[in-house]
Amino acid sequence: MSLRLDPREHAPLFLRLLVSLVAGLAALLLVAIPVMAAGANPFEAYLLMAQGAFGSMFALSETLNRATPLILTGLAAAVAFRARLWNIGAEGQLYMGALAAVMVGSGFLQLPAPLAIPAIMLAGFLAGGLMMVIPAMLKQRFGADEVVITLLLNFVVILFIQMLIEGPLKDPLAMGWPQSVPLVAEARFDKLIPRLRMHWGLIVGLVAALILWLMVKRTVLGFEIKAVGENKAAARFAGIPVDATMLKVALISGGLAGLAGVSEVAGVKGYLSADLSPGFGYSGIVVAMLAGLSPIGSVLAAIFIAAVFVGADSMSRATGISNYLADLVVALSLLCVLVGGFFLRFRLRWQSRQEA
Amino acid sequence: MTDPAILLSLDNITKRFGALVANDAISLDLRESEILALLGENGAGKTTLMNILFGHYVQDEGLVRVRSNGGDMNSLPPGSPGAALAAGVGMVHQHFTLAENLSGLDNIRLGTEPLLSLGRRAMARTRIKSIIAESGLEVDLDRRVADLTVGEKQRIEILKALYRDARVLILDEPTAVLTPQEAEGLFVVLRRLAANGLGVIFISHKLGEVLAVSHRIMVLRGGKKAGELTAAQADRRAIADLMVGKAVAEVTRTPGSIGKALLEFDDVCLGKPSTRTALSHVSFKLRAGEIVALAGISGNGQTTIAALLSGLAVPDSGTLRLDGQPMTRTSPRRLVEAGFARMPEDRQHDGVVGTMSVAENIAIEDVRSPELSRFGFLNRNAMQTRAQSAIAAYDVRCPGPDAEARLLSGGNVQKLILARVLEREPRIILANQPTRGLDIGAQAEVHRRILAARDRGAAVLVISEDLDELFALADRFLVIHAGEVVEAGPADALDRATIGLLMAGQSHTTEPLAQ
Repeated sequence: MSLRLDPREHAPLFLRLLVSLVAGLAALLLVAIPVMAAGANPFEAYLLMAQGAFGSMFALSETLNRATPLILTGLAAAVAFRARLWNIGAEGQLYMGALAAVMVGSGFLQLPAPLAIPAIMLAGFLAGGLMMVIPAMLKQRFGADEVVITLLLNFVVILFIQMLIEGPLKDPLAMGWPQSVPLVAEARFDKLIPRLRMHWGLIVGLVAALILWLMVKRTVLGFEIKAVGENKAAARFAGIPVDATMLKVALISGGLAGLAGVSEVAGVKGYLSADLSPGFGYSGIVVAMLAGLSPIGSVLAAIFIAAVFVGADSMSRATGISNYLADLVVALSLLCVLVGGFFLRFRLRWQSRQEA
Repeated sequence: MTDPAILLSLDNITKRFGALVANDAISLDLRESEILALLGENGAGKTTLMNILFGHYVQDEGLVRVRSNGGDMNSLPPGSPGAALAAGVGMVHQHFTLAENLSGLDNIRLGTEPLLSLGRRAMARTRIKSIIAESGLEVDLDRRVADLTVGEKQRIEILKALYRDARVLILDEPTAVLTPQEAEGLFVVLRRLAANGLGVIFISHKLGEVLAVSHRIMVLRGGKKAGELTAAQADRRAIADLMVGKAVAEVTRTPGSIGKALLEFDDVCLGKPSTRTALSHVSFKLRAGEIVALAGISGNGQTTIAALLSGLAVPDSGTLRLDGQPMTRTSPRRLVEAGFARMPEDRQHDGVVGTMSVAENIAIEDVRSPELSRFGFLNRNAMQTRAQSAIAAYDVRCPGPDAEARLLSGGNVQKLILARVLEREPRIILANQPTRGLDIGAQAEVHRRILAARDRGAAVLVISEDLDELFALADRFLVIHAGEVVEAGPADALDRATIGLLMAGQSHTTEPLAQ
């Protein structure tokens, strides 16, 4: 008997969903090993995690609150990766979006809420988008590698933000904490349910996912992005403006990451600080990969990852196991999904070897 | 007279790729001093069979046996190119496997000697010289391979095999890259080598050269042996029918009515002179209702002419005129809108997006037209309808409009591209290697479509390395050499030899030919 691989012609939708699901479960199984090593019962630990993430209205709200920026950064990564534009800079774009929101929404413009919120969202989208358009242009003009540029820009942006919140943007009323002046009340996102942290940013994320899904399936732009991503030479030959399409992708991708920053400032914190994002930009890459770059899938993947983090916090409080476990689950799910992608492309078959 | 000894025998070779049976119980014997042609359409299994023989693939069933020096037939272990080499099997691939930055001499020696080998270079040179003298494979051993012509590189490849004491030489489509004269030179060498005892397997899909050089012809079709005959018994028609399995309808060409000039190249220059892609002072006209052939050895500037006509490049100097008006700022989209139909040279790479559907690939050139989209939203129904009628009209064999284009065979990809570009009744058609890699049936179909477009009044430029194809289609010939285009005149007044000389860069004014 020998094992052989046959390429698949087509992977049906249920199989793709199944692979993501099995990958998630496999990751949980693998993480059970260190949980046992730490002296806890993995079933109990996972039960506590699930309760911590979904067990009450409060827990659910915390999970969705955590998922909100992940949906947006996940979409940012998904739309770019579909076009083979490797945006690793969502973290920096998120901070730029947050910065733009604070600049526009902290009293510099006196606008009523129906205008102030669109204004900070537009400013955040454009600021984040610009942070990705520039690397995309550098790539087109000079062949500069966007992975390196976007990755390194993250650090540049964060240092720049630190400089601003220690200097010109520093809130004089914050008792010395390095944080910016706050957004005016008109520019804040309302809570979805009183006394729960869940806010309108979630709706923004869901709407963005729907729009993106529509764009991918139904629009000329989605068609052109797909062509450019899958075969640049054929797209160019067929008359699709490859460079312009790439810049649009860059703007959308960076813009979505920028919106994640707006949402965190306007919906959660109210001001800009250097700890606004615990790596939402990087986690967005994991979200997009788990989702197989699907916009709707990104929403589900973002909720899964948020649940792991929120659940791990409460499990950690109950069992004493470190909440680093969450990182382990997320990292292993990504690895499992990558392995699963192999099974989407190939079919394994046992074959008896005939002797000649 | 006794039969010469059998050098190589393949016994019931079967190879499957998934559901596809690429070789189905094929047996073959090759004798000393024999040139055996292996003939078949693309996908018939020729290359698979040779790759099994040379150990690149492992057969599912069957045996490969090679005669040892002692005269026994030993079976080769499957999947071992090293064993094939050691047993005296040499292979010259269609795409050469040479180190471009080494000299010919070093390429031939490469891999045959230990790392530290003082004085062996001189010994190798002496031996190669004597092989050259014996075989007539003249080549400068000290030049870098990168600076050699394609024909010379091929000679290096053959020398490489002979230097390793090959007694069986396999050549995979050796004439695809040669001028007619170079091909004739190769045949002389092959006859000479065979006379000295070498067994040669010659893979080809060109009937003419197979009849010219081989002693015996084996035809493969759909992975099976379709027939075997001696060159003396064979005639073109019979072999063509064997290859295709049914009688092939010949494409007939009626003289067209030539109209006014639609497109004009006026003193066009592009690129750094003396590079392989440069054009220098190219002038010619394409007229309505006329098929113009651009003949030339590949790498003499054809790709640049194709790029200009595809909208991917603009001239450095000189003008392109459409209907007498200079065209400025061309782009693929502008050309499509101006009525150009463009068939790319590499249809898999430039012609289709493999992971997009047949319907999407048919729509890709004018997806922004009002027919296919409105306010930025796709009209999927219109795309589907167009794809369905294109699939029917152009006989694109595929599971349906939603099938991914990568699942289509080369011939069907070309039919898809024809459907995409010809349905809009283009005025100017660029057909770049329109039938490269296609089987005879698909070739005839493509030729019929191009001729029909001409009869409708389109101006057509056909670029091809296959002179038979050009003669089958063209009303008039242009020949390109080193970036310069010369007018060779009406096709009726030309023969292969004249074109061949022009392709090699000899102008027919300085070198008059016998009429």
